[in-house]
Amino acid sequence: MTNKEFDLEGIEIHWCPGCGNYNALKIMKESLTELKIKVKDLVIVSGIGQAGKFPHFMRAQSYNGLHGRYLSAALGIKASNPELTVIAVSGDGCTYSEGGNHFIHTIRYNPNIVNIVHNNQVYGLTKGQASPTSSLGFKTKVQVLGVINEPFNAVAVAISLNASFVARAFVGDIDKTKEILKKAINHKGYALIDLLCPCVTFNRVNTFQWYKENSYYVDNFHNVYDQAEAMKLALDSQKFPLGILYINPNRRPYEENIRIYEQDQRPLYQRDLDRNKFNQLLESFR
Amino acid sequence: MNERETKKDFSIVLCGAAGQGIQTVEELLTKTLKRSGYHVFATREYMSRVRGGVNSTTIRVSSKPVRAFIDRIDLLIPLNLQALPHLMERISSHTIIIGEKKYIETIPEVEAKRIEVPFLDLSNQLGGKIYANIIALGAILRLLNAEKRVLDSLVTQNFKKKGQEIVDNNINAVNKGYEIIEPLIQSNTIEINFNINKDPSIENDFILDGTQAIALGAIAGGCNFACFYPMAPSTGIGTFLAQHALEFGMIVDQSEDEISVINKTLGASYAGARAFVSTAGGGFSLMSEGVSLAGMMELPIVIVVGQRPGPSTGMPTRTCQEDLRLVLHSGAGFFPRVIFSPGTIEDAFALTQKAFNITQQYHVPVFILTDQYLVDSYYNIKKLNHENMSIEKHIIKTDETYERYRFTENGISPRGIPGFGEGLVDADSHTHDEYGNITEDPVIRKKTVQKRFKKLGLLRKSAIPPKFIGNPDFKYLIVSWGSNYYLVREALEKLNRDDMAFLFFKQVYPIHKDTFNYLIKAEIKIAIEQNPTGDFAKLLENETHINMNHRILKHSGYVFSVEEILEGLKNIIEGDKND
Repeated sequence: MTNKEFDLEGIEIHWCPGCGNYNALKIMKESLTELKIKVKDLVIVSGIGQAGKFPHFMRAQSYNGLHGRYLSAALGIKASNPELTVIAVSGDGCTYSEGGNHFIHTIRYNPNIVNIVHNNQVYGLTKGQASPTSSLGFKTKVQVLGVINEPFNAVAVAISLNASFVARAFVGDIDKTKEILKKAINHKGYALIDLLCPCVTFNRVNTFQWYKENSYYVDNFHNVYDQAEAMKLALDSQKFPLGILYINPNRRPYEENIRIYEQDQRPLYQRDLDRNKFNQLLESFR
Repeated sequence: MNERETKKDFSIVLCGAAGQGIQTVEELLTKTLKRSGYHVFATREYMSRVRGGVNSTTIRVSSKPVRAFIDRIDLLIPLNLQALPHLMERISSHTIIIGEKKYIETIPEVEAKRIEVPFLDLSNQLGGKIYANIIALGAILRLLNAEKRVLDSLVTQNFKKKGQEIVDNNINAVNKGYEIIEPLIQSNTIEINFNINKDPSIENDFILDGTQAIALGAIAGGCNFACFYPMAPSTGIGTFLAQHALEFGMIVDQSEDEISVINKTLGASYAGARAFVSTAGGGFSLMSEGVSLAGMMELPIVIVVGQRPGPSTGMPTRTCQEDLRLVLHSGAGFFPRVIFSPGTIEDAFALTQKAFNITQQYHVPVFILTDQYLVDSYYNIKKLNHENMSIEKHIIKTDETYERYRFTENGISPRGIPGFGEGLVDADSHTHDEYGNITEDPVIRKKTVQKRFKKLGLLRKSAIPPKFIGNPDFKYLIVSWGSNYYLVREALEKLNRDDMAFLFFKQVYPIHKDTFNYLIKAEIKIAIEQNPTGDFAKLLENETHINMNHRILKHSGYVFSVEEILEGLKNIIEGDKND
């Protein structure tokens, strides 16, 4: 499928040859094209890191913000104009380490956005330190004794917080990941995709082959609406379960909960002060 | 004590523990006095605790506008044992102290007129000590000849949510206060020589505090996205906006932390919201990375910083002017910004409103730098000049050739909004090209720096000039900023010298070019500030290369009184004579 809408000509992509991000880019462009999303109705929000550069390598309207803070920005954008499709993309360091607090609280707010976290279990842009998802014992120039901190289990955290959509995908499987992404985009509420995405330069342990061998798709009998069952899968310490792990269909998105769009659906930039109401308010101070 | 002053300008202090309802009394008292046709001013100082301790509120009643804190106490109502020791320095022989025997006698060595009125006993007869304050309120208002019908209607309005019984008890408490004080007045036991003419035109004045003025200014500025994390002294601004969010179609959000606050707000601004943040120095410290992002992305944002004494947690509910340097220098790298420092309730409103237009026009962060004293002070005003205020949007409908950061003559790139028009709107935290794409090209980098410089130049040109008060033939020139405005003015009125003038800055950065001309003319320049180093004086010295001769500084965490400033100025004049 061609996706001219999102192709950006004449740019040099900064990623290393063979990086998982190339597949992620292809998956994103094709999914958006298949869903017939127009580039002007879409904002890609990103943070800092190799994944954070994502929106610079496709034709997109983008907000490439601060390290760790992109989910807050994404929430502000979506809340101010619910007509926009907002996809927030960054890496495991940006989302689970620097932005850990915002990750937790964005799940609680439940804005109608997609959050793709490129999880390569290592820091790429700063050259090879451990990330919060690095496996115990993983050795780096900094973690000379091997990683001693318990890895951050993002999908388990998200499920425990009753996130409205939680999935894990593997970037090596383009078709399945596209399917998950399209469902995430169509889902109403915060949708997390923890995307296993190998770093070919700094992580020689968790390679494409390794992920293939150490992951499995949850079967069709898995009840995605069952939080306890989803949690059981998320806590599998042997292999990574892939697919949609949990959906809570009952959570209303933040933009609906705040209720300011009930009477007036216009995005904030189209609105004006109601001067009569303001004058009335002022009168109460006499 | 000056007898004339007591008659025309009367000060009342209520002092007790947190949780005793002093604030309710303060509100009812000031509103009743205003609606009775008196000029009123009120300010409070309080501890950072929910119950207990010792807090006070100072209320001034006058025949002319009064808008500054004074030490002098004409009438004092102590409501606990700590009250008199707490206020000892402010009590003088003419101070009338009315209240419970045990509360008025705590510091017998200090001379004052003590009159026992058993508010507590009386309140117990009415159903509980909670009514003691309202009895005191009735007593005060009788002493000041306030309109009782006004008080009755305000009390009814204030307590009606709690049911008719509570309303009735409070009205009875007011009546009790009037009754208990009547014979004391008739027998001349209490002589307050209160002689203020009622001016019916005041009844219709507005009365609001700095918190309300800033929040109203934000609404009048078209604010529709406000975000905050609770922190004294700025919490009230977010609270006010939250209570009016649905009414005005605003998103008002209490976020998980200040980092999220500013990043959410910048996201909202990118999407076209008129975005607003309120915080205090400590919370603002967490925002500095976000301020830098606003500088790089050229996103409009209005940021209120309410100052309280630091460093760190400091004294949460106290006042100071310690954060000018923080606000001026916050954020990595060079980028322009604007800092307003309102000195009056009217300016707290007008500057906040204006800040929204300035930030939309220039795409730079605009600050309202205020403090606990101003946000917690209120007085009556005739009007807020809101009728003619415009809400300027400065946004364009984009076409396919649109570039968010297009290089222009004046450095301002027309602002598009994602989803409005056919163009794509990018924002990037990296150095970026005109489109918004990441770049490390040194030529583009230089142009982006120049772009930011050009905007600073424009902001200098459009800066609000300092306000000059006094005789143009001055020898002494006082410079000050922010909430010191009326404190300095009243001290100057009392000093009444032809050779002393006042230059007040409601915009502290960038400063207006006229500043130099005033400073160069002055023989003796005196900076008055509430911080240990004279931060604004330093800023002026840096910008003009003219040094201040004197600094009158206070950094106890408690606001300057008019008397203290007066004293400081007298010392300087005296020292000058001796030189």
